[in-house]
Amino acid sequence: MTFYSNMLPVFIVTVVAGALYIASIFQRFKRPVIYGVGIGAVAGLVGPMIFMAPLDSCTFETGREPIDYWFGIVLFVLGAALLLGAARWVARFWLSGRAIASLVEDQTTMGVYKASPLIPVLLLLPTIIILTFFLYYPLIDTFRLSTLLVKLGAPRTVFRCVTNFTDFFEPGGFDYTALALVLGLVIAFLAYQPLKEAGGSELRAVFIYVSAIVIAFMLLNRIIEPDYREVLFNTFFIASAIVILGLIFGLAIAYLAYQPVRGAFIYRTLLIWPYAISPAIAGIIFFVMFDPVSGVINHIIELLGGEGLDWIRDPWMARAAIIITSVWKTLGYNILFYIAGLQTVPGDLLEAAEIDGANAWQRFRNIIVPALSPITFFLIVTNLTYAFFNIFGTIDFLTKGGPAGATSVSIYEIVELGIRHKDLGRAAAQSIVLFLMVIGVTVFQFRTSGRRVTYGA
Amino acid sequence: MSTITTSNRKTARPAYARRRESLLPKRWYVHILLWITIFIVGFPLLYAIVVSTQSNAETLSFQATFGSHTRANLETVIVDRNLLRFMWNSTLLAIFVTIGKTILSLLAGLAFVYFRFPGKWLVFGFILITLLMPTEMLIIALFRLVSELEWGNTFWAISVPFLASATGSFLFRQHFANLPSELSEAAQIDGANPLQFLIRVLIPISWNTIGALAVIQFVYMWNQYLWPSLIIKDERIQVVQVGLGALRNAEGSLTYGPMMMGAVIATIPPVVVFILLQRQFMRGFAISRDK
Repeated sequence: MTFYSNMLPVFIVTVVAGALYIASIFQRFKRPVIYGVGIGAVAGLVGPMIFMAPLDSCTFETGREPIDYWFGIVLFVLGAALLLGAARWVARFWLSGRAIASLVEDQTTMGVYKASPLIPVLLLLPTIIILTFFLYYPLIDTFRLSTLLVKLGAPRTVFRCVTNFTDFFEPGGFDYTALALVLGLVIAFLAYQPLKEAGGSELRAVFIYVSAIVIAFMLLNRIIEPDYREVLFNTFFIASAIVILGLIFGLAIAYLAYQPVRGAFIYRTLLIWPYAISPAIAGIIFFVMFDPVSGVINHIIELLGGEGLDWIRDPWMARAAIIITSVWKTLGYNILFYIAGLQTVPGDLLEAAEIDGANAWQRFRNIIVPALSPITFFLIVTNLTYAFFNIFGTIDFLTKGGPAGATSVSIYEIVELGIRHKDLGRAAAQSIVLFLMVIGVTVFQFRTSGRRVTYGA
Repeated sequence: MSTITTSNRKTARPAYARRRESLLPKRWYVHILLWITIFIVGFPLLYAIVVSTQSNAETLSFQATFGSHTRANLETVIVDRNLLRFMWNSTLLAIFVTIGKTILSLLAGLAFVYFRFPGKWLVFGFILITLLMPTEMLIIALFRLVSELEWGNTFWAISVPFLASATGSFLFRQHFANLPSELSEAAQIDGANPLQFLIRVLIPISWNTIGALAVIQFVYMWNQYLWPSLIIKDERIQVVQVGLGALRNAEGSLTYGPMMMGAVIATIPPVVVFILLQRQFMRGFAISRDK
């Protein structure tokens, strides 16, 4: 890794910040602070190299665009933050005297086979080999490709540093307005937690939270390059609509199907079968149904006295068509899991509420919905995965990303760019952004719902 | 907290279930609402079935009854467009991956629950993190990898990457961990080796979990579209989801009948598997909460 002199100030900041941060943890556990300082300083020194070593510090070269330089600093700090986060996690476990292995320790101390450790390794080997080859290796390769100018089928590649990423930004977008917006966002974020903890001002906390999101969107709008901005907008708009509508309809129908009536099993089967339909076939069927001239949906609208809608050429109607198709396709899955969830709602609680005079809506709102929140959390993650990735088949058959890119979501754009336009490097960069969004949404979900998905024991 | 736990027991009905009728006053009301919902949810498929029997003229005049072109549409789809070939390829793919993944997941579950070995938590984390890495996201690098392996246009390219999964491994880990430990103690006293224990004891009592995983995997593989559409160029080994694309322009212009006929036929296998294994699916995936 090359060292440029303009990296020195950033290194000093990460080393000092790291030393102070880990030292504060050691102090809290009343251990020798000097060890914390040492560990933190090393983490602050090594962390930035996570990104800088593979890039050979190219963002700090002289003659780079300012945007490359700033992007490099973000990566630099991010690397330090990642390693410090890991160091904090390990330090806490270590200082509190617990083994990390206890996280996944299972209770089956009885009935364990006393055999050489070779046997479990052999049992796990096929799984590990396939995951390494077809998930981990491509993941690393995606990161590598994202720094290259590489065309499909062409043997030569050119190192592009972070240009594939900085291309997402509008040149000149980083002016004082953008900086002011960033500042506003940071302040709003910092103010949120104390306000919420102070209590009583729940409404004000919500207000600040919402304005932070609005500022974040304004910021993105200001600094993201227009074509990519539309892709991001489509991805989030279509995904949130699918999740919200899908869960509302799924819960409503599941609640209906959960009523104890004769033949409930048959009703449930007739409601959840769309689970087995493929996104591509859903796309074909709705392609025929949504046809503005010969489609049955416009025919029905006209029979009811309305005017036929242009589901193909109007950008908003095309987005609506994708959303309706996807909600229909995911409905079976949502109903299935909500019915399963409804069976775990404590019956005595409902009876008690009924005796206390709560009406059906109050019982639904105050007992059933909170009791279902673990399932809702699970369904949000699975529906988002659907809306981010599996939606490809529906879009490819229904709108092909049109009209004029109005339904081109991230995954569709990645395939267009990478395979059809053969630009692997830029497509890989977009894949990484999508990867970060998936991780971001999942982490956000974990934190806000305050729950963890555990797989065991 | 949401977990998917497996259980062989029937989900116990809460006491409240017996007198839930009070929530909606009259039962006939529920029946009617349910039938309306079923009709709305089923409408796209019903419409597809009706159109699949019609000629273009009948479809364009919004004829609501079965048409006269069933035979012609079937012929277009099966004779001209080779749908059965695609169906056969998809069947092979779905069955191969379903069986392969079930075996690998059973082995992984066995290793996690019935063995101690150094670095177990590391392997666990290694598999767990892949939950965050959908294949679709890695499609660009995967495409390059498969091209370099010279696997393009082969059955292996569309099947092998899907043989292992975190979901399957953890499903069986969870299921085995909930079984009484006397099972393996007894098996060890009888001198059964781990594989005999798996085949003779664990598998026979795990059919619900196996069935649940099988439904998910079969449907998942049958519905694969993006990956095969990129990697398979040879019509003879193409899967049905991609093969249907050719029906869009079956006779030079849009023909609705064959398109819907293809869609309906291609939907039959996953729906049949789903309905046949539905009870296992429901029981194997009893959703429970734990803190």
